[in-house]
Amino acid sequence: MPRNILVVGELAGGQPSSTTLELLSGAAGLAEGGTVSVTLLGTGATAAAAGCAGATTAYANDDAGYDTFNGERWLTALTAACDQASPDVILIGQTTAGREIGPRLAHRRGSAVAMDCTSIVAEGGAIKAQRPAYGGNALATYAFATSPAVATVRAKSWDAVPGAAPSSTVALPGAGESRTNVTGKEQVVAEGLQLQDAKVVISGGRGLGSAEAFSVVEDLAAAIGKDKAAVGASRAAVDLGWYPPSQQVGLTGKVVTPDVYFAVAISGASQHMAGCSGSKVIVAINRDADANIFGFAKYGIVGDYKTVVPAIIEELKK
Amino acid sequence: MHIVVCAKQIPDPETPPSAFRIDAASNKVVPAQGIAPVLSQFDGIAAEAALRIKEANAGSKVTVISLGADSAAAAIKQVLAMGADEGVLLNDPAFEDGDSYTTAKTLAAAIKKLGDVDAVFCGRQAADWDMGQVGLLIAEELGWPVSIIAKGVTSGGAGLQVQRVLEDGYENVETPLPAVVTVSNEFGEPRYPKLPQIMAAAKKTVTQWKTEDLGLSAGEVGKAGSRLKLETLSLPPKGGAVELMPGDTPAEQAAALVAKLRADKIL
Ligand SMILES: Cc1cc2nc3c(=O)[nH]c(=O)nc-3n(C[C@H](O)[C@H](O)[C@H](O)COP(=O)(O)OP(=O)(O)OC[C@H]3O[C@@H](n4cnc5c(N)ncnc54)[C@H](O)[C@@H]3O)c2cc1C
Ligand SMILES: Nc1ncnc2c1ncn2[C@@H]1O[C@H](COP(=O)(O)O)[C@@H](O)[C@H]1O
Repeated sequence: MPRNILVVGELAGGQPSSTTLELLSGAAGLAEGGTVSVTLLGTGATAAAAGCAGATTAYANDDAGYDTFNGERWLTALTAACDQASPDVILIGQTTAGREIGPRLAHRRGSAVAMDCTSIVAEGGAIKAQRPAYGGNALATYAFATSPAVATVRAKSWDAVPGAAPSSTVALPGAGESRTNVTGKEQVVAEGLQLQDAKVVISGGRGLGSAEAFSVVEDLAAAIGKDKAAVGASRAAVDLGWYPPSQQVGLTGKVVTPDVYFAVAISGASQHMAGCSGSKVIVAINRDADANIFGFAKYGIVGDYKTVVPAIIEELKK
Repeated sequence: MHIVVCAKQIPDPETPPSAFRIDAASNKVVPAQGIAPVLSQFDGIAAEAALRIKEANAGSKVTVISLGADSAAAAIKQVLAMGADEGVLLNDPAFEDGDSYTTAKTLAAAIKKLGDVDAVFCGRQAADWDMGQVGLLIAEELGWPVSIIAKGVTSGGAGLQVQRVLEDGYENVETPLPAVVTVSNEFGEPRYPKLPQIMAAAKKTVTQWKTEDLGLSAGEVGKAGSRLKLETLSLPPKGGAVELMPGDTPAEQAAALVAKLRADKIL
């Protein structure tokens, strides 16, 4: 059954974000002969539209007033795009913008949104959205009683695929009024390699016992290579002030899908696993053999991180 | 200032996965034995944020509203014990098994009925379904501005100053009133009520409103009015068995691990 899909795209460094490309690849599979369109807002949007592989139409506006995400400004533009594209399905990334746009746009279109989905399929002509619930302890599947079916989608739920550039670009209105105003911004990003880009993520948990102990985890990252490994943390460790919130992995933190994920002194609560269970290999280091993390790990070492992690660093030097 | 806090009672999210059960026939979570339901964590934090503004602004008032069954009165009492002034329970069999939309619509109707509300504080997400949308939908229902995932909120400027958590830092947002704000754990811990406050809260009456009290009809609330239909609820697939690294010393175990990762060509 052909259906029209609209992807709410986002820019990263003047290009469509990796999540945007993933959504476009998912959209291609759901369209079944319908149209795939994409929206891009902010400086460089029109030029970046060429990189939106798989979309036939791009709706864009280069107004710098869109650069800092503002829900009300974006909603006006996205509503205009919806009026023209008449989507049956709207796909949005589970990002800072997506968390706000998803519910508000769905409501303005008289429909509903499923948040933080990990799979969207067309089954018997209907859209079904699957998402973790209960902190990851359960999987829920939803159908939509209203149209359009709106979903925010977790990063890496689809693999980006190459495709043709959009054949037409339609201009959206420029940024208008908003009742809320951003008065300042403070960037807090870890230096160097970002968590989501790292091939290896090493996360520390409450079991480390102190902020200082994170240096052991950082040493392991350095031994693997600063260009390959980044350091994350559980929420318990972040809440204790041991590591910056920007490095939190999990349901209310970042979602990472590295080749190897080291969980050091982390118990493996479902809400933490929600952020790392897509990793190719999980390595657990925990002194409690019954810790939940061993249910997710491929490789495990039961022991005290204080001796195990330095031993791994030593071994890597060989 | 009159602030409404929306508070939900949920199964304890710290329930160990081993005690987590689903009844496939009803698509519902089976309450774990001996583990009492709790106030959703972020809602306690939203209450804390509201109470701090109340304390900083003489003459302010905080009302806590919950949509839930009889047992949800406990969540309301907890926020009353923290220092909220009044509690309202939206309790009607017709409200059951709704989606985020009907929940927000019902809560918004109650907020309209209260009439003099300046701000609504919600949690960033209810820690059962983890949707994170009721606050936004209340804002849309009421036509109010909204700021989500706050780590700080104070009154001032045009109305409220909200510090929002972003993926790569924070931003300061100014919003006029009335407004909706959703609060995240970065705000900090909620206060623990003391015994006299708990006893005083226990004596307070909680107002109860049903569908007709809110000017709604049975067809537009709960399951009947839902737009999102839960089809299945299941346990996620289990991972394979863990391979524990052999060896009597950390050095031997570490050697085994590094050998495995190198053999798998991932390190
Ligand atoms: C709605 C909601 C959202 C949440 N979101 C997130 C999220 O995004 N990310 C997240 O991480 N959590 C999140 N949580 C919290 C989550 O439920 C857990 O509380 C948290 O992940 C626990 O962190 P931890 O594993 O570091 O600590 P703990 O559970 O305390 O585990 C510490 C572990 O360290 C081990 N240990 C102790 N000492 C040593 C030692 N010397 N050597 C080796 N091992 C040792 C212990 O055996 C234990 O297994 C969320 C919770 C809720 C309710
Ligand atoms: N049944 C309810 N009663 C009161 N408040 C609720 C209810 N459901 C959701 N909320 C509020 O909306 C927030 C987000 O919920 P959700 O969109 O379900 O994740 C919660 O943290 C609460 O503040």
